[in-house]
Amino acid sequence: MSKLAALVSGILFGIGLALSGMTNTAKVQGFLDLFGDWQPDLAFVMGGALLISLGATPFILQRSKPIFAEAFSLPASAVIDRRLIGGGVLFGIGWGLVGYCPGPAIAALAYGTESTVVFIAAMLAGMGLAKLLKLA
Amino acid sequence: MTAYILPTIGGLFIGLAAMSLLASLGRVAGVSGIVWGAITGPDRQWRVYFVGGLIVGAWLLHTLSGMAIPAPPEAPLWLIVVAGLFVGIGTRIGSGCTSGHGVCGIGRRSARSLIATLTFISAGIITVFILRHVLGLGL
Repeated sequence: MSKLAALVSGILFGIGLALSGMTNTAKVQGFLDLFGDWQPDLAFVMGGALLISLGATPFILQRSKPIFAEAFSLPASAVIDRRLIGGGVLFGIGWGLVGYCPGPAIAALAYGTESTVVFIAAMLAGMGLAKLLKLA
Repeated sequence: MTAYILPTIGGLFIGLAAMSLLASLGRVAGVSGIVWGAITGPDRQWRVYFVGGLIVGAWLLHTLSGMAIPAPPEAPLWLIVVAGLFVGIGTRIGSGCTSGHGVCGIGRRSARSLIATLTFISAGIITVFILRHVLGLGL
């Protein structure tokens, strides 16, 4: 059941990413182009997603455990440090350069374009590099 | 206003997906962490199914709705490689991306995730500003 739940959640997520325009890098860069020809689309995507997550998360976490697992696995850290900010800056630079963040880039693999595959390969290499250099 | 209906509905789907993963498996739907965990473990199985679902979901949406597949990024391949490296390194150091911090973390009212989200959106805005309005590149 946990495999099915993960698959269904992933499919819903992928539908949302494609439907919302998040897999369209021109739209994402248009959102980040605040001082140019700003396209507010992504703010509505974030708004829609947060409407659900802000509303439902407290009710879900009130339960003693998830439906198909023994316990909730939530990030324990609440620290706001240089790593959080530095990592956020590096990620934001990469996001702005091309318009892909991890979720939409993975979903866009469905389009079978070379640039998306190259982006994912470089992203995985970057993750490996962070591990190798003991940055994460 | 109708231009923002699809982004909003898409956002609702993303929120629903994140809540479905939280309620069923008790996991945060942070894609950068899930992808990395799908490769390195532990608990690789559900992560692989989730990542596969992302691709299937996007494929289904375009196939069933007939919505046009967006044009691939215009950036040259070397810049795509640089961007991918930055995204990969940054999301590991900063413990998450748009989904984990932006949707799930803020949903849990995590100040850490709110700060992370404001940081990467600001960095993205500055990057696009420099690309388009300082360097004058139409990327």
